Amino acid sequence: MSKNTLPATTKSRLPAKTEGRQFVSITIGKQTFGIPVLLVHDVLGPQRITRIPLAPKEVAGSLNLRGRIVTAIQVRRRLGLDALPADAATMSVVVEHQGELYSLIVDGVGEVLMLYDHDFENHPPTMSPRIREVSSGIYRLKEALLVVLDVPSLLDLVRAEAA
Amino acid sequence: MDELLSEFLTETTENLSQLDVEIVHLEQNPNDQALLSNIFRLVHTIKGTCGFLGLPRLESVAHASENVLGKIRDGELVVTPTGISLILESLDCIKGLLATLEATEAEPEGSDGDLIARLNALAEGAEGADPAEAVSFGSEPEPEPEIDDTPPPGSEVIGTRPGEVPLDELDRIFNETSVDDFDTPEAAPTPPAAPAPAPAPAVQSTPAAAASKAVAVASEASDDSAPRESQVANQTIRVNVDQLENLMTMVSELVLTRNQLLQIARREKDSEFTVPLQRLSQVTSELQEGVMKTRMQPIGNAWSKLPRIVRDLAHELGKKIDLVMLGADTELDRQVLELIKDPLTHMVRNSADHGVETPDVRMAVGKSEHGKITLNAYHEGGHILIEISDDGRGLDPAKIKAKAIANGLVSELEAEALTEQQIHHFIFRAGFSTAAAVTSVSGRGVGMDVVRTNIEKIGGTIELQSKLGRGSRFIIKIPLTLAIVSALIVEACGERFAIPQLSVIELVRASADSEHRIEEVQGTPVLRLRNRLLPLVSLERLLNLERTQGDEPASKQTFIVVAQVGTYTFGILVDRVFDTEEIVVKPVAPILRHIAMFSGNTILGDGSVIMILDPNGIAQATGELSVTDPNAADEAADHRSIGMSTVSLLVFRGGSDATPKAVPLSLVARLEEIDLSLVEYSEGRPLIQYRGQLMPLIPMDSRAELKREGRQPVLVFTDDSRSMGLVVDEIVDIVEDRINVEVRPDSPALMGSAVIAGKATDVIDAGYYLTQAFGDWFDHNNEETLSVTRGRRLLVVDDSAFFRNLLTPLLSVAGYEVTAVAGGEQAMALCESGDTFDVIISDIEMPGMDGFQLAEAVRSDSRWADVPIVALSSRTTAEDLERGRQVGFTDYVAKLDRDALLETLAQTVGA
Repeated sequence: MSKNTLPATTKSRLPAKTEGRQFVSITIGKQTFGIPVLLVHDVLGPQRITRIPLAPKEVAGSLNLRGRIVTAIQVRRRLGLDALPADAATMSVVVEHQGELYSLIVDGVGEVLMLYDHDFENHPPTMSPRIREVSSGIYRLKEALLVVLDVPSLLDLVRAEAA
Repeated sequence: MDELLSEFLTETTENLSQLDVEIVHLEQNPNDQALLSNIFRLVHTIKGTCGFLGLPRLESVAHASENVLGKIRDGELVVTPTGISLILESLDCIKGLLATLEATEAEPEGSDGDLIARLNALAEGAEGADPAEAVSFGSEPEPEPEIDDTPPPGSEVIGTRPGEVPLDELDRIFNETSVDDFDTPEAAPTPPAAPAPAPAPAVQSTPAAAASKAVAVASEASDDSAPRESQVANQTIRVNVDQLENLMTMVSELVLTRNQLLQIARREKDSEFTVPLQRLSQVTSELQEGVMKTRMQPIGNAWSKLPRIVRDLAHELGKKIDLVMLGADTELDRQVLELIKDPLTHMVRNSADHGVETPDVRMAVGKSEHGKITLNAYHEGGHILIEISDDGRGLDPAKIKAKAIANGLVSELEAEALTEQQIHHFIFRAGFSTAAAVTSVSGRGVGMDVVRTNIEKIGGTIELQSKLGRGSRFIIKIPLTLAIVSALIVEACGERFAIPQLSVIELVRASADSEHRIEEVQGTPVLRLRNRLLPLVSLERLLNLERTQGDEPASKQTFIVVAQVGTYTFGILVDRVFDTEEIVVKPVAPILRHIAMFSGNTILGDGSVIMILDPNGIAQATGELSVTDPNAADEAADHRSIGMSTVSLLVFRGGSDATPKAVPLSLVARLEEIDLSLVEYSEGRPLIQYRGQLMPLIPMDSRAELKREGRQPVLVFTDDSRSMGLVVDEIVDIVEDRINVEVRPDSPALMGSAVIAGKATDVIDAGYYLTQAFGDWFDHNNEETLSVTRGRRLLVVDDSAFFRNLLTPLLSVAGYEVTAVAGGEQAMALCESGDTFDVIISDIEMPGMDGFQLAEAVRSDSRWADVPIVALSSRTTAEDLERGRQVGFTDYVAKLDRDALLETLAQTVGA
């Protein structure tokens, strides 16, 4: 999965005019993240997940979504955080990437937000590389900051391994 | 009807209807080049196909019209209505011929000399001949007579000039043709009592069965005065294969959903859903079957070329061979069919070439002059079995054994212990041919290994039975379809997995007190199964599964799934075995594709996702790299090649000849370019200051003097604090290659020659140049250890001649007394004969007894039980290290790490 073969992503779409964009807000720990709403297929509650032996540690397993096999990704692990205890209630956001479905396991899913480019900013240089790697920038919300998750980079586990 | 013919009819009929339209267009736009080219191409295609199918009459008509069209296309002729009519007439003639072909599966006798003559005349430039001439063909027997408008013409109407042929003329031709051209008794000159007003002559000329069909066809068509359209063409439509695949996928999903519903229904007895569900289930099954059928083709399609191949071969080889094909209508999936076509052809060739003897030999041994090759296909339990048997000379085990030994696939010692069946299996190895001479037909050493690989690729297996002097029989077992497979669901550590049923041979229940008890050899579980040791693979260990608490197997009872991959049989340890289920194999997500243990995943009837284990991957991961008989592991193309792995080689030029030289890259510390003007001399030997030290330089060609100026590349070999530079002319490349060294012991500077990157290359012995630079290269840094090592007896066990040759001088220089053998068996033979050694170095991956087995054998033998064994391998995963220690290796050294090896050895013997 090299960067140049990736389809149009949030990264390439962002620096447009002052149009509004819609994001699904999710929370991990205390931080709010956003996923472009057009990429989101489903929002799921806790699912029965089949573990996949020998898989990268970010892969939680696979699940059946209406007859399609979806690979579940522990976003916490991907961000270098500890996974929540097994009994914690989690939510999942199902996104499509290169024709495959991935279920991103997060702590909670908020609402769909309309965000405008004039609130967008690139990462401050002090941001941790782990976050920088999987996101394209930050929106200033009234009461919080929303980090935009770049789904293709998030699913690029090869890079995660190297990092 | 012959599949090929029916395809031809379909295609040609389509082409013809297109032509009709296009030629009319042409008449209106005589200068449309694109149109002309297209018409030309279509007629050309028809001509070509006819020629291919051996239909001379059709071919000649098509050829003549092609000529005319060619001239028109090239501008030599102008498009005139008469010309167009003539071409259309020839097309009609072709249509008529096709209709007969369709009804009787044979081209009608006779010729179309008149039509062709007129076409030729047109091509010559003469204006379209007088249409009246059309009737003058009475002089030539014409089985396709033109039929009067009343009664309406039957399907065989050609010429399409109704009314031009007088009825009496027709009758005359009719009689003439029947009598002259056909001598079948059925070809009565009188019209049969068929209801058709104008029964086709063809009807009478064919045997009864075909006749009745043709009559039916004729009568059907006869109530329509227009020329009948091809029945075959009407009965088939062409559908894009993708569309079928898509349909298949959808049906597969439906089957899965049905299974889920059934499972729910099973839990809830007496539900009102039960009856409709059963109906749904039945309909789904039928639908699945129906869709599968659309992809099915008779295996005869894959065989259609074989009679010709066998005939040609027999001719070329002076043999008499009958090819018998049974079960040609056995149907199998189109995709599978494509994949087995080539292997089948190859095997039949083999039978004809290697198997069947020449007539005189056959007579001499009391067989009939004619050899027989039989192809037989049939269904058996969800599989297709294809047998290819011949009554030829059979495989000669002695010959194969000799060849295997000569090729180094086994040692003589090992060969003695092999069963006939195991010996036969050598023919599935790469580069193995029993034909004494290489013919144009076979014996080129590419063959059965490719066949086996191809068949295994589609989940099939191949077996071989052979009796010397009586013939051989290959049995190929392949799945009906690749889309849905039957799988066994098993559980290990609370996780469920599917194992494709095709690779499962049997299930064994093992418990401590039953007859089947799992025993351990140095931590490696094995099972005695019918007097053979079955290697066991634990899923728990293989997949790093974690046992959760309370998940301990309740009753010390495990199940063993005995799986077979190629000829390698092994057992997979699981906790529980569930049902078998039909599953649709879906590929795993791209981020998981690197895990070789899984061939895919699927959704089970209960809706859960489950991984499908790949027995191939498991076999490979558990050390059976080449997946063959454990007693004869495959070393692929050449036994002297270095394991299955490739070696990075530095290719360079230097020395007195232009032959490229190579040295394992891992032996080279650095590549430098030195300024020759900086070279200093001490006692006439060149030195250079390098990193604050004096480094001796050795020119590749010892006789040549180094130049005094300019720059030259140098390979630096470093050992601790000392370095030495080998001055070469040019560094060519670094290649990853397997090296097969042809040993040439007469030149001390060379290890031998090998083909590297397609060129003959000399592999240099780095050790030779090192000793040139420093007489004491190998012992300077272990002065004290040399006293330890000197005279120590050391046994090197490595299947690769290259490594034996690399290590022997290296270790000899270091003071050891080295004995090198090619395998564990030979090593144990030395043990048997009472030899003693101070230390053993063994490779891990070796054919036959591998390093692990050797270590176990050494440890369990009282004579050598205390001899330290150092493992030498390119395989150094944590599991390997662990396994190595468990079986009793003293230490583990990576291949090609010379320093570590010497140090380890010194430590080991000094300990």
